[in-house]
Amino acid sequence: MKSSEEIFAILKEKFGDAVLQLNTKLPKEAVIEIAPLKVTEICWFLRDNEELQFDNLILLTGLDDDNGEKVKLEDGTTETKGGTLSVVYHLESMKLGNRIVLRTATGRENPEVETVSKVWACADWHEREAYDMFGIKFLNHPDLRRILMPYDWEAGYPLRKDYKNPEFYHGMKVPY
Amino acid sequence: MLKTEQMVLNMGPQHPSTHGVLRLELELEGEVIINVKPHLGYLHRCFEKHCEAMTYPQIIPYVDRLDYLASMNNEMGYAIAVERLLDIKVPERVEYIRIIMAELQRIASHMVAVGTYGIDIGAFTPFLYLFRDRERILTLFEKTCGARLLYNYIWVGGLSHDLPINFVNETRDFLKDFKKTVIEVNNLLSYNKIFIERTANVGVLPVDSAINYGITGPNLRASGLKWDIRRNDPYSIYDRFDFEIPVGEGKHGQVGDCWDRYFLRVQEMVQSIRIIEQALDQLPEGEITSALPKRIKPVEGQIYSRVENPKGELGFFIVSKGQLQPFRVKVRPPSFINLSVLGELCKGHLIADVVAILGSIDIVLGEVDR
Amino acid sequence: MGLLDTEFSDDNIVITKVDDLLNWARLSSLWQMSFGLACCAIEMMATSASHYDFDRFGVIPRPSPRQADIIIISGTVTLKMATRIKRLYEQMPDPKYIISMGSCSNSGGPYWEHGYHVLKGVDRVIPVDVYVPGCPPRPEALLEGLLTLQEKIRNESLVKKAV
Ligand code: SF4
Repeated sequence: MKSSEEIFAILKEKFGDAVLQLNTKLPKEAVIEIAPLKVTEICWFLRDNEELQFDNLILLTGLDDDNGEKVKLEDGTTETKGGTLSVVYHLESMKLGNRIVLRTATGRENPEVETVSKVWACADWHEREAYDMFGIKFLNHPDLRRILMPYDWEAGYPLRKDYKNPEFYHGMKVPY
Repeated sequence: MLKTEQMVLNMGPQHPSTHGVLRLELELEGEVIINVKPHLGYLHRCFEKHCEAMTYPQIIPYVDRLDYLASMNNEMGYAIAVERLLDIKVPERVEYIRIIMAELQRIASHMVAVGTYGIDIGAFTPFLYLFRDRERILTLFEKTCGARLLYNYIWVGGLSHDLPINFVNETRDFLKDFKKTVIEVNNLLSYNKIFIERTANVGVLPVDSAINYGITGPNLRASGLKWDIRRNDPYSIYDRFDFEIPVGEGKHGQVGDCWDRYFLRVQEMVQSIRIIEQALDQLPEGEITSALPKRIKPVEGQIYSRVENPKGELGFFIVSKGQLQPFRVKVRPPSFINLSVLGELCKGHLIADVVAILGSIDIVLGEVDR
Repeated sequence: MGLLDTEFSDDNIVITKVDDLLNWARLSSLWQMSFGLACCAIEMMATSASHYDFDRFGVIPRPSPRQADIIIISGTVTLKMATRIKRLYEQMPDPKYIISMGSCSNSGGPYWEHGYHVLKGVDRVIPVDVYVPGCPPRPEALLEGLLTLQEKIRNESLVKKAV
């Protein structure tokens, strides 16, 4: 079993600037932060390297960091400007028992992250869900559509912190 | 010149054997399946949005409604995640009761899986037998906490009620009868010639592709890998019990076919009986409320914690910003991930096999769509 | 055979009102569209399985809406599903009845406040005859709902009553 520090050292040596930092400040989980446009490359390496063998993507999570500037609109609601959206990857090696957490942050206005759906097949639907809920675009994803919400949903991305629900959808009243 | 054309057939969302409101778009070449496109979201109930608006204890009823066939397991997974975030240790008795409940629920969930799978293939009787016995598990639950399906029983740091009088004896009685039912079901269904013809060598899932797709639970084990969170990443007190982890052996065909996946669930029910019996024997006296926190307000941090559900690995990723409500809760829903392999499994099979394959994956739409 | 045989063996005549005959026939064989939505569907399944036995009231699941008399909306209706439910309802032949089972389809249930994708009550798209409250309703509650519906059918008439 390798610790997050060791894996971070391996990655740092191989990818240099694309691996930003190791965050151990928060309790419970150490997080390795990486650059959003290098994700695919790093993940291929993590999966195929003999020492690491991260063959299982446990979970891929979209996250609204809610660190932008809050702008008050005329109707009393707020909207977030700037700030970041994140994607968190939980990886595990079933053979070696290693586990790490990766995180990458991307700007809220034009969120773009590279896809890992070629590396792990289950990432396909996870990424579609992150797109559906947060509007994060996964570059080179084979089939980036909404997955849970209706395909013609126009009111935005529901899990963003500043999401506002529409009054009507296809003539049906939405609020209680 | 003769030209062939592919046909697109729609299946669902109202279809008796899609196990809920799943819609499949089948591309066919004659009767052979070229491609399957699942369309989800017909039961998307906004679980993750609710979590951000509720306090930690208030989330438990919503957790129940994820995989509504295995509410106890869901609650246990969530409670353990929050307890790990808070560093709470719960009393011995609570641990034992939780395990008894979780394993009873695992049996109940597998009963539905096996029973409805029989219906999918065309055998109605096992369903009736299994639902008769499932009713007894529900009665046990009802005596304990007052609800039949969605319990809100396992709380962060404890339980809502202690066991009722005579629970131990009644559970023993049930297990005694249930052992007979398992044999009965095996005779009726598992070794039935028609059933084997329909399921053996259909929808074979090789182990490396299963791992790549993130498949967990019975479906992964049926492909031949001994991987069970109860053993590989133990939680609660599962390390104290003696039980086996069945894996698929390919008795009637290749390893990882529908029959293996089905039969694995039958074997798991037997193992759950063993765990419950041991837990009932060792059940200590004591109280159950001492570890219940007054107010749940974890410090800033994040945690991913997982348990073995009847359907696979259920994980909760909780991000806390030091408030009464979590900042973000993300579920790792086993059914959602297991379902993603459907297209791969169906390719090259006939239409009738889609039902057999879908049933053998055992999904619950409440969890797929959340 | 039994009692009825001997009673009616020699060309008896039964005199009844058309209304009563029709209502009796309708209410004793309500074929249900077999279709479940969410957690409540599990209780609906339990109701039709061995212990509670829906069959004894003449309720048999039919997979096709064209052959169904009654549709039990058992669970959360989402916006994506609502249009499909409406279409299923329109495909059923008259006379048709609807039981709304569970808080979710009555009014949104636990999802009434933050459910951005949940329809708050199925009666916003189709007309409901009987509401069965509960989350989930016990099988007995669903049976009670069915009996209430039968009672409602029993009092129907072909003739429009003057108000
Ligand atoms: S009313 Fe309750 S049990 Fe029924 S579908 Fe809604 S949440 Fe599930």
